[in-house]
Amino acid sequence: MLGIHQIYGRRRVQLNIILPLLCRYYYASRTDNMLSTNVKTLRKTRNTPSRPVTVARLYSSNKHNSKVPKVPTWEPLGEDRIPSLPQVSSDLVDKLERLALVDFRTKEGLVCLERAIRQLFLRGDTVTEGDCAEKLLPLSNTTVEEYFVAPPGNIPLPRREERASMLKHSEF
Amino acid sequence: PGRDAPAQSRSNRTFSMLEYVLACLCRSRPHELVGVVGLEIHAQIQSNTKLFSGSKVGFSAPPNSLVSFFDASLPGTLPVLNRRCVEAAVMTALALNCTINKKSFFDRKHYFYADLPAGYQITQQRRAVAVDGQLAYSLLGGRKRNQIQSRTVRIKQIQLEQDSGKSLHDDQRSQTLIDLNRAGVGLMELVMEPDMSCGEQAAAAVRELQLVLQALGTCQGNMSEGQLRVDANVSVHRPGEELGVRTEVKNINSARFLSRAIDYEIQRQIEALGRGEAVLNETRTYDSKSGFMPEPNLPPLVVYEDRGSVPAGLLGAEGVVVLEGLREGLPELPSVKRARLVRSYGLLPEHSFTLVNEDGLMEYFEAVVKETRKEPRKLIGWVTNELLGHLKHHNLSVSKCPVSPSALAELLELQEAGHISSTVAKQVASLSPSVCDSVSLSVSVRALQEGNKKVLNRLMGLVQKETKGRADPVLVRSLLEEKTS
Repeated sequence: MLGIHQIYGRRRVQLNIILPLLCRYYYASRTDNMLSTNVKTLRKTRNTPSRPVTVARLYSSNKHNSKVPKVPTWEPLGEDRIPSLPQVSSDLVDKLERLALVDFRTKEGLVCLERAIRQLFLRGDTVTEGDCAEKLLPLSNTTVEEYFVAPPGNIPLPRREERASMLKHSEF
Repeated sequence: PGRDAPAQSRSNRTFSMLEYVLACLCRSRPHELVGVVGLEIHAQIQSNTKLFSGSKVGFSAPPNSLVSFFDASLPGTLPVLNRRCVEAAVMTALALNCTINKKSFFDRKHYFYADLPAGYQITQQRRAVAVDGQLAYSLLGGRKRNQIQSRTVRIKQIQLEQDSGKSLHDDQRSQTLIDLNRAGVGLMELVMEPDMSCGEQAAAAVRELQLVLQALGTCQGNMSEGQLRVDANVSVHRPGEELGVRTEVKNINSARFLSRAIDYEIQRQIEALGRGEAVLNETRTYDSKSGFMPEPNLPPLVVYEDRGSVPAGLLGAEGVVVLEGLREGLPELPSVKRARLVRSYGLLPEHSFTLVNEDGLMEYFEAVVKETRKEPRKLIGWVTNELLGHLKHHNLSVSKCPVSPSALAELLELQEAGHISSTVAKQVASLSPSVCDSVSLSVSVRALQEGNKKVLNRLMGLVQKETKGRADPVLVRSLLEEKTS
């Protein structure tokens, strides 16, 4: 997965989202019985063709609840603020295509890749997130007083009596 | 700790004797086993936010309240490196004379544990941010423990990595409670080469590292709060032969226990080998070199030597770390501070060592110097021997010292002028409760100035009691009246 989101501003739909969307598009267009409550029309961004893609969840009773934000959430950076694009050889592109199973041998695809590996972005040291225990704790089946719960570890801890005698022997 | 104090001084003497005996044995009988100690230290970076997320770094907050979606390892989240953490690691590396790797990499170290929600820790295994440094430290040795022995320990590398969450084991209900507040906090892992041979050296090296980190502001270095965690790798061998099997001493939360635990382990191994047994290595299973892969979400970390080497497009941007600026901005390190004290006050190295080693003692000493015309060289013994000795005996820190610097200065002036003997002065400085209560000179003096004769009599009686009637009453009274007029 290319970690491109944190680098620059223009929104790109991640490669691992494109594939399932494409699959669903083909599937939906072949089906006639579509449950209207489970069909969501997804509008793509300004950089892609304006044909809406229909997403069907025919056998799901849950409403489609997309986690993908409807509008871009980053500010664009100017070209002058980032180092120059590194060169990516065609051998490397070949290997990457095979690993990712995605064809990005277009000029746009290469630019997208080069921008992803350009520079490690360093964040300023200010608090911007956290304080959401009420959102995190419900994600777990079991909690105990604001703690997550896990089974006991697989390292046998010394019992109280054993621990006391271990410490006693450690004194000269 | 209070009740520990007498045993502590006893065991200190035992250990210095142990080292002395071992050293003698080594010289006379090179076939004897000696200890080999290497330390792995995890220092929590002092920053506002975590290493790869914008959640707050704090202590004693409600469970799971300082946790972002990334820290909880929810899908779809990505790491974003905190610039302050990179600067902290680089500053620490510069202070320890390390070579900075201009390009370093992040890796994932995979292991399963409940307080590691992602199933891996982001660390730097292939290439750390800094390598090949050294830490110079000192011990007070010799029979009277007043001779400075200087040693160095090599730093193999310093790497950036994530901290894990905290597990609380509940054996009764067979469960583990997980608090992720600490998960993702930035750590500097310092790996030292096994250049030490006993607990005393290890404790001294750790103390020096604490002082360096505190001076830099990169880590608060509080062992009891888990800000500085030390693991010791201990083995024994005969000098000249290859190293023995090493065991690990972990979860040490005080320098005192570190020294004891290491010496105990050395002794245990020597005895085991003496009985013909082998030393068993029970290291963590995830310590092996497997389970690593490059972190695919983070390109290499690049640090620039000076502003000239920064690419044009980046200059002026926030996200750039430049060594030149950090090097120039390094604060005064402990070794420099000690040298300065020796120069400015004409002290001996062992004096400045003690002043810097004890929290707040240097400030106390400088305050006393300001209040008196006495030469610093004549004051130092009172501060480092008398006062500090009694503070240690009563297990008080310098900040809790009941004798203020001005009170001590006054006392020593009286002693210098011959109005009270050194014995009296020493007794006052001994901080015994009855003396402290009544001889808080400044308070009594103020009361006298308000014309309170009773206080004058009380002071008279006190001085007479302390001097066991040896002081001339007329002289004492006129002196006290003169002092308080």
